[in-house]
Amino acid sequence: MASTQVPDGGRAGLRWNAWNLLLLVPLLWLLTPLFNQQGPELFGMPFFYWFQFAGIAVGVAATTVVYLKTRRAPAGPDTPDRLDVDDLDEGAAR
Amino acid sequence: MNWIELTIFTALFALVTVMGFVAARWQRGDTLDHLDEWGLGGRRFGSWVSWFLIGGDLYTAYTFVAVPALMFSAGATGFFALPYTVIVYPLVFLPLLRLWSVSRVHGYVTPADFVRGRHGSTLLALLVAITGIVATMPYIALQLVGLEAVLRTMGFNESGFLGHLPLLIAFVILAVYTYQSGLRAPALIAFVKDVLIYVVILVAVIYLPIKLGGWDTIFSAADEKFRGTPAPGDGILLNSNNQLQYATLALGSALALFLYPHSVTGVLASRGRNVIKRNMSALPAYSLMLGLLALLGFMAIAAGTTPVRNQATGKADTSTIVPALFDTQFPSWFAGIAFAAIGIGALVPAAIMSIAAANLWTRNVYKEYLHRDATPAHEAKQAKLASLVVKFGALAFILFIDPQFAIDLQLIGGVIILQTLPAVAIALYTRWLHRWGLIAGWAAGMAWGMYLLYIIPSADGSRQHFGTSALQLGKINLFGWHPFAGSTVQIYVGVLALAANLVVAVLVTLVARRMRAPSGSDATTAADYHADEGSPNLREVGVH
Repeated sequence: MASTQVPDGGRAGLRWNAWNLLLLVPLLWLLTPLFNQQGPELFGMPFFYWFQFAGIAVGVAATTVVYLKTRRAPAGPDTPDRLDVDDLDEGAAR
Repeated sequence: MNWIELTIFTALFALVTVMGFVAARWQRGDTLDHLDEWGLGGRRFGSWVSWFLIGGDLYTAYTFVAVPALMFSAGATGFFALPYTVIVYPLVFLPLLRLWSVSRVHGYVTPADFVRGRHGSTLLALLVAITGIVATMPYIALQLVGLEAVLRTMGFNESGFLGHLPLLIAFVILAVYTYQSGLRAPALIAFVKDVLIYVVILVAVIYLPIKLGGWDTIFSAADEKFRGTPAPGDGILLNSNNQLQYATLALGSALALFLYPHSVTGVLASRGRNVIKRNMSALPAYSLMLGLLALLGFMAIAAGTTPVRNQATGKADTSTIVPALFDTQFPSWFAGIAFAAIGIGALVPAAIMSIAAANLWTRNVYKEYLHRDATPAHEAKQAKLASLVVKFGALAFILFIDPQFAIDLQLIGGVIILQTLPAVAIALYTRWLHRWGLIAGWAAGMAWGMYLLYIIPSADGSRQHFGTSALQLGKINLFGWHPFAGSTVQIYVGVLALAANLVVAVLVTLVARRMRAPSGSDATTAADYHADEGSPNLREVGVH
């Protein structure tokens, strides 16, 4: 992911938000030496397997927190996002 | 032939067929003669519909049969599918939002549309489009492998043409309702598919461990099996040679997933950014299911299941291992439901993939090069026809060419689709890479990736080329220099090809800038990447 800011149409095209860094946490699940072992087992399942299942919860937590923490940010420089989450639900369509 | 299984399978198949045809009227727009409507379902799917649609799109029937089959035959290495789906959503969370916004503002239907607008290069857009089509075709064919695994387990296991007849019938039906209803058909059918899959997996992972004597019995049975085989790479844990391969395959697959045109189609069909954000948190529910499903491979070992012998090839077909497990461990009525879940699971992605490939053909080849003044109605007509061609092309793969060829091509597909990452994903953030750099990088990545896949023999030594996507580091040869000579540590070819792509792209960019080569005009502005529903700069949907 590129993080260098480049002048783009005269305006910075990227908006920095520290909460977005949480999205990098699940990359820890690529470090196989951390979890490539038999024990401790859980319900008879080796550590290798249940630890990676636990990664799903961490991934969900990361995306959920980022969603909640960046929700109030305006949608564009001159177009504030006034929609509430419920406005976006199925029933409210059209 | 088991009549109870067959009856339940046929009844559920008939149900989704009716839904496929009715879907044309569901949430109907003003016209179906526009790619926004036929190809993107009107660009107004909400959170729930998108969850079923994207989930049904990404977690395919082939995944359902191939991942447990890999666990069954190789053990831990097959579990890479779990970390892959753990990292993919956090990784694509931000880029996908930008892609949705810019596509919504400019009316882009395909990733190649964006490339054309961003870089002002029809050649680069054509390369991205062709890469997408070539990567998608064998993927559609593999859905047929998944469907056929179920059909053969149910008893439709004849040799020759007769053995393929049920598959042909199922696919003709699918082709006709996709032609008529477009993306709304798989969106509606995905409800049935996903509900069935969830029910089957939940029951299977509770019932089977109890029946087989608990998880520890299952894992020890698997451990015992792998200890007894001569193959060095298998086992219920990874070894020092395949850990790097495991991690790079998970990373490469995650980077590739949303470059596939069918994934982009699912995302662009959503109503707004919040729909995508919420789905990035909700889609991992499918990852949980996939992980549990993978463990069915070990349950098959513990249960002593043997794969069905394929009468067309004369060999035991490991992709039938999960259907065979259901067939032997469950009562017929439940096995019928499970088979329908996998069978319908083949239809949803096959439909979306054919729509995505048809959109690419229509927007980036037909309209760009063959019929420049095509109206939106022409485009819709062309895309509908193209979806038929794509599907029957995939069918021809299975009927007339060895399915193994489709599996080889799918292996290549994952590597080549990664080569569009600089032109699509990096370009969402910066135009620093020059369009000639991107074209040169694409060519370098493609060539090196194909070459590396070509020199890898299969693990059992039966085939000399395109054996797996795992390359031993010792085989890397940079113009005669072997940086890791003698190493048997394996790595995923896709990340090596991508690295070559990026290096060449940067070098050529530096040269192109020095030579002051024109960098093409950018049709997008910074604000486009943040537009959301309700923004004033959005393109009207489905307008002629």
